[in-house]
Amino acid sequence: MNKPVESPNRVIKSQHVKLGTKNKMDQTYTDINTMFYDAERTPSFMTGSEVIRQAIKVASVGTSVAYPITPQSEAAALIGELYSEGYLDEYFRGESEFAVMGQCAGAAFGGHRVFTTTAGPGTLRAMENFPMWAGSRLPIQVCVTMRGVNSPLSIQPDTLEASYLLETGMLMWHAETAQDLYDFILKGFIVAEQPDVHIPIATMCDGFFVTHTKDTVMLPPEDLCLTPYDPYKSPVPCMDMECPPIRMMRDPFIMKSNYISYSTHASWQQEVRAAVERSRKHTIPLLDGLIDVENIDREILLVSSGTAVSQGREAIRLLEEEGIKVGLVKIKTIRPFPHEEIREATKRAKHIFVPEFNMAGWLAREIKAVVPDNERVIAGPHVAGGMTMPSEVIVEEIKKYLGIKVASNR
Amino acid sequence: MSQYQVKAGPEAFLPPAAASMGVILPNPGECHIEGRIAPEEEGYEYAARKFLEAKVPTIFPGPLVLWNWNENATKKAKAIRALADALPARLIPMADYRPKYPKIDAEAEINPNHPNLTIWHNKIDVCIFVGVHCHQANLALKIIRGGTDCFTMAMCAQAGHEDACLSFRDATVEKIEKLMAAVNKLKKEGVKSQAVPFKQIKMTSSGRVA
Repeated sequence: MNKPVESPNRVIKSQHVKLGTKNKMDQTYTDINTMFYDAERTPSFMTGSEVIRQAIKVASVGTSVAYPITPQSEAAALIGELYSEGYLDEYFRGESEFAVMGQCAGAAFGGHRVFTTTAGPGTLRAMENFPMWAGSRLPIQVCVTMRGVNSPLSIQPDTLEASYLLETGMLMWHAETAQDLYDFILKGFIVAEQPDVHIPIATMCDGFFVTHTKDTVMLPPEDLCLTPYDPYKSPVPCMDMECPPIRMMRDPFIMKSNYISYSTHASWQQEVRAAVERSRKHTIPLLDGLIDVENIDREILLVSSGTAVSQGREAIRLLEEEGIKVGLVKIKTIRPFPHEEIREATKRAKHIFVPEFNMAGWLAREIKAVVPDNERVIAGPHVAGGMTMPSEVIVEEIKKYLGIKVASNR
Repeated sequence: MSQYQVKAGPEAFLPPAAASMGVILPNPGECHIEGRIAPEEEGYEYAARKFLEAKVPTIFPGPLVLWNWNENATKKAKAIRALADALPARLIPMADYRPKYPKIDAEAEINPNHPNLTIWHNKIDVCIFVGVHCHQANLALKIIRGGTDCFTMAMCAQAGHEDACLSFRDATVEKIEKLMAAVNKLKKEGVKSQAVPFKQIKMTSSGRVA
């Protein structure tokens, strides 16, 4: 449905502070384009949790609220260190994930740039707040380090929780690597805070696989930082729950049972989803597109997001050794969902495999909903509950489907 | 694939948000006219002509220009008043965003949650929003498109409104004055306002005074 977006200029300069001036930590307020495309970047070898810390160090975050839950606890603790060093204005521990998200809302209502982290059952416990954030047009960023959510208890990687976030009205970006995570956190603030977008963003990564493994990450200098959030560009006035002009508690639509209040509420929901769509224009130039593609002229494609992409790359190499050529589509944004891009990238494919780290196969469902002839979409392979997805499993799935004999040594 | 057009309604029981139909906001220096991206200069003439052809042209100033919260707001308010006088057009304020149904004075004010009441009551056929926060403007514009035949415009201080039939972006005093200049130019060329005579209602923060 959406037209392709061409946006020659990357973005978007804040008028809130003067670029080139310094903050209290002696960091220079820098345009995001300069930070990512002009400044010299140096390699560092660090875990995903440390990457989150490094991103927040240069993100001009006002408030961060923490609550422990594996595997995000380390990142939350590292942000606490940044607070003690003076990089954040406010940092404290909430009483629960639900409380944390409410406290984040309060800070965002007050005009701060807000960042928090959560995972698995924490995400579900906090769930009521996410559509509230979106409906209130609060551009809060929550980093979701995904893990298992169901009984029996598992703290291990599992991407099922993403499926619960799909209709909250939030932006959802899914990082494959620690580098993605660093880039997405910083770029996510910029996109989410655009006046025509101005909704919360979930920067998601696969717990442990990204948060607790070390990887080489290219970082810009630490003496640069993003311009802070400019609350005067908000598409809603600074909301007070009890006072005009936005008196959300005493005048909610739910108090009035009539067509007009229902219609207003429906329009409000439409507007939040419209804001997700508007984010494309800002995201495409910053992320170099909502998807990455490799060899999409091939008849077999792997289409996935997160670390399943990495496993897919190795599977493609293994298949290539046997003369089976497979292309790759990496989905970077789940919301907005890149339906036009996926339709275009998969138009020549006869078989579209969607490996996922969850039992539901939510990404395959999303893809099936947007591509023509969707019997081409094969939902799998799936692993969950902390299982790894060996590349050989992907290879086996593809070969079985194609009717190629697979050695049974397991 | 058909290109969605943002036309005056009434469009539907619940019309879609234009952004969800693929309409993209203009870049700086551009405007959008019924979903088509056009040079801003074209927008001024189009808007001026729409206003002069209207029987009940109306300006809806919002809180960002109604309240004297910074120097720029005052300047914008004066420019808007001058535009209203030049057309002529009614000024009907959107002073705040609380739902007021069923007590709204539809002759004198407009509300983003049920703007159609004000449009219907006054038979407004062309309007422009200015100084309304973007979220509330989009709500109002879409509801108006859904239920009325009013041609909507927006003079937005940020990125513009795809839910308006015509939208400017990055609104400044100078842009409001450019729209007024386009009105005056058309008038000089012989285009006459079709506005029906009206009496401007006067309000203070406590309500209607005359």
